[in-house]
Amino acid sequence: MSEQSAVAGKDTGAEDYGLLPPVDVIEDKSGITLYADLPGVSRENLELHVEGDNLFIDGRIALEMPKEMEATHVEVGRSRYRRVFTLSREFDTEKLTADLRNGVLRLRIPKAEHAKPKRIEVRAE
Amino acid sequence: MEFSPFPRDMFAELERLQRQIQQSVELSPSIRGFARGFPALNVASTPESVEIYGFAPGLDPSKIELQLERGVLSIFGERPSEPVDGGEGASVHLSERFSGRFHRVISLSDDLDPNEVSATYRHGVLHVSIKRHKSALPRRININ
Repeated sequence: MSEQSAVAGKDTGAEDYGLLPPVDVIEDKSGITLYADLPGVSRENLELHVEGDNLFIDGRIALEMPKEMEATHVEVGRSRYRRVFTLSREFDTEKLTADLRNGVLRLRIPKAEHAKPKRIEVRAE
Repeated sequence: MEFSPFPRDMFAELERLQRQIQQSVELSPSIRGFARGFPALNVASTPESVEIYGFAPGLDPSKIELQLERGVLSIFGERPSEPVDGGEGASVHLSERFSGRFHRVISLSDDLDPNEVSATYRHGVLHVSIKRHKSALPRRININ
């Protein structure tokens, strides 16, 4: 899985960049697991999609805010998270599973059956 | 990037770096906010209260410690690292998420009432709302 920002070209401007959520990516024999920090994003506001070899993570932050509120200190200055990864062919995106809990997204993409590691016997003659 | 046969190529890394630098230059602080710490905080004020939003995903709300003392709010706790699935033979490709102990202190105004604090944790965001002392609210003074 690699990351690419080629899609930036589709953006209408810098405003659309969104925040880059931090991720952990762990690969094992049977697949890959991705954790992404998306605080403030609910299930309804999270959009995941696979297009060709690309995996798009797009989340909108929705906070409960009282009226007449005036920001005095801002560290999270955008209301969207956005990140794109390039998947390699060996992953079976049909079997992708996703789970969002307490603002943490956990994605699991299994490897296609043919891509799982196989031990190759070396024979000595 | 399409010409690269490698899953994690240098160009993608460079582009990512470039984008991060751009974000930090643009005065729009990144959620990663390592320079400022975990959790990232937004603070807002209303005539009746001060609202603090801590972007602290993946925590057990019962383990977040909050203290308010003389207008200074402390948030501390620990974020455990995610267990690595797959056990042996698993490899970590990216490890950017914060883990470990955190402690953030933020100085708020001094007209806050420590008895009127509410804190909720929803979708990984800690929202603390602290009311101002009634006596500190603007009042209309009648002229006789």
